[in-house]
Amino acid sequence: MQTMLKQHSGFRAAQPGRQVVKVRAVAAPLKTATSAPAKAPLVTPEVAKDLYYDMVLGREFEEMCAQMYYRGKMFGFVHLYSGQEAVSSGVIRLLRPDDHVVSTYRDHVHALSKGVSAREVMAELFGKKTGCCRGQGGSMHMFSAKHNVLGGYAFIGEGIPVGLGAAFQSKYRRDVLGEETSDSVTCSFFGDGTCNVGQFYESLNMAALYKLPHIFVVENNLWAIGMSHLRATSRTSGDETPYIYKKGPAFGMPGVLVDGMDVLKVRQVAQEAVERARRGEGPTLIEAETYRFRGHSLADPDELRSKEEKARYQARDPIPQLKKYMLEHGLATEAEIKALEDKVAEVVEDSVKFADESPKPERGQLLENVFADPRGFGISEDGRYRYQQPGFSSGTAIVS
Amino acid sequence: MLASRNVRPAAGHRMAAAPGQRALLAGHPGRRVMVAAKAQKKEIMMWEALREAIDEEMERDPTVCVMGEDVGHYGGSYKCTFGLYKKYGDMRVLDTPICENGFMGMGVGAAMTGLRPIVEGMNMGFLLLAFNQISNNCGMLHYTSGGQFKVPMVIRGPGGVGRQLGAEHSQRLESYFQSIPGVQLVACSTVRNSKALLKAAIRSDNPIIFFEHVLLYNVKGEVGDKDEVACLERAEVVREGTDVSIFTYSRMRYVVMQAVNDLVKKGYNPEVIDLISLKPFDMETISKSVRKTRKVIIVEECMKTGGIGASLSAVINESLFNDLDHEVIRLSSQDVPTAYAYELEAATIVQSSQVVDAVERVCGGRVAATV
Repeated sequence: MQTMLKQHSGFRAAQPGRQVVKVRAVAAPLKTATSAPAKAPLVTPEVAKDLYYDMVLGREFEEMCAQMYYRGKMFGFVHLYSGQEAVSSGVIRLLRPDDHVVSTYRDHVHALSKGVSAREVMAELFGKKTGCCRGQGGSMHMFSAKHNVLGGYAFIGEGIPVGLGAAFQSKYRRDVLGEETSDSVTCSFFGDGTCNVGQFYESLNMAALYKLPHIFVVENNLWAIGMSHLRATSRTSGDETPYIYKKGPAFGMPGVLVDGMDVLKVRQVAQEAVERARRGEGPTLIEAETYRFRGHSLADPDELRSKEEKARYQARDPIPQLKKYMLEHGLATEAEIKALEDKVAEVVEDSVKFADESPKPERGQLLENVFADPRGFGISEDGRYRYQQPGFSSGTAIVS
Repeated sequence: MLASRNVRPAAGHRMAAAPGQRALLAGHPGRRVMVAAKAQKKEIMMWEALREAIDEEMERDPTVCVMGEDVGHYGGSYKCTFGLYKKYGDMRVLDTPICENGFMGMGVGAAMTGLRPIVEGMNMGFLLLAFNQISNNCGMLHYTSGGQFKVPMVIRGPGGVGRQLGAEHSQRLESYFQSIPGVQLVACSTVRNSKALLKAAIRSDNPIIFFEHVLLYNVKGEVGDKDEVACLERAEVVREGTDVSIFTYSRMRYVVMQAVNDLVKKGYNPEVIDLISLKPFDMETISKSVRKTRKVIIVEECMKTGGIGASLSAVINESLFNDLDHEVIRLSSQDVPTAYAYELEAATIVQSSQVVDAVERVCGGRVAATV
């Protein structure tokens, strides 16, 4: 029933001594980008440029967020994605518009990769009416119905079962409603810290049980705020350190470890998982080894991670890596790359200008969108529904 | 408009048995004469009415589906989905593993993307494990998404104090859920309203937490027509009266009506209102009644602290203070975990004699009606 995941070159199947499960898709740690480039490029020039643009956009957008935060343009907890771009771009850029993405509190870049405009994300961060959630969500709650971004979920693990629900819906459309073309997939992103939460395991079980088109993407950046992955997670059997991807086969699904600082490798692994899900063969667990270049959030003093560790990962920055690859493989010229970077700078600048000039939410927004059906506010003394009363649309009514 | 126009209070239902009331079951006087009606319509139990509601709505709308523990092959712990998997298949009546947080979240995701899941909590108390998904996702994400996603799901299941089920299985979660923005709380109480309300809940675009009571599943009564869909926001006037307004819901409705039997004999004429909608309150029905009787007794099964009665009392005091002739009386459960022992359990929840006492206290003495 479970088809085996084809092994990529560079993967080696880890063979546990006891083979209870048929799945043998557990991949050993990948070699990192220092390996010599293969002769034929892994992607077309168009794809390479798209990935490069998306990663640079993610980086520049987040760096701009830091500036804007310190300048008092945005508030609250702001978690930046810098350093992890290869995961977002590598997975999401190969998805279709009808595929769903579920994210966490570190969600700006997932939204951008899925196609939400920088303007809408920045305006949301500025708390403006023109934001993708009309200023009602904020940094940790980016949603886009148009782009099938099912949201940033701020509590650890709560997004994964929601992603499962979207995947369930896709399968339901095909199996129950008879929509034969329904083969959309859902990718849920979360971190290493989440892999110690019950919902992760509940979801692994159900996804495999119902063979849902769902891809679990673990962005293992080694740190859950100040808790090291190595201090938080028990070692997998026979290993010196814990491997999250090995938890996939325990639930009957392939688990794949990938260098999360190499966008092409991420894309390759994701491609296989997505195709597998579309074929109706069920979920995959991907562990992408990555690193965040900044603290947990802009409020985090980031005192626990060593300089050496940071430098080690900084040297593996996914963006220059891809640039080097593109130049070496003739996927783009220096000039073309410069043009992409200029475009990003322009888009990010524009997003700030747009956000800054956008109107603030009106008071009338206060009572909108609490209920999809506003009758949920109930019936007032005069027998009318509360939402029909004066003061409701202006947001000044007292609703209970 | 009175609720009775939407859903008439079912007549002829059997009293639900509960601690402290067993003796009263045997005699069962006063069953209303409904011979003519009975000839046409048969009485069914509440679980059957709920099952009919689910069945009919699933038939009507292919996006309606059920998820939960033992809802499929087993038919639901109280049989509300009995046999439906045979008709609709395993996917539409999805047996889930025991993981409330997980399958509740899955229901949310399915609802966000176009399905209408009915998620069953095998026991309402188990939904504490899904509290995060109910609060943060069901309740909030329509708002946080700026209105882009809606969550048309029904979360339903048995709650309340049963018969010596122990503390964990005897919980009244309505008080926990009432402060979650963006959800509606509905408590059914009769065969007829259970079916009509559940159908409305399934059709609603809002997340509805639908409270059934463990001791009411076998209550018998008639259901309305197939097309009878109730208004989720309407209270139900169970009995019109003039002396005092008794607001109650779920099984306590029966405890109150038992007391009313005695009170009527004593010459009182209380008004009884079944809140049905625990959030939001139907302020029209409530205020009309308060203005008429000028006295309020709230009878509830949930805890006194932070309960439904606490909220209702606050609202009445805030908005109808000048219409009151007497302070609002709350008869609630004691703030204790529900004991296993019969006597302690009975002492935890409100008994009908307490309702009688409260009415007498609020209304003053009456000369007993001559019999």
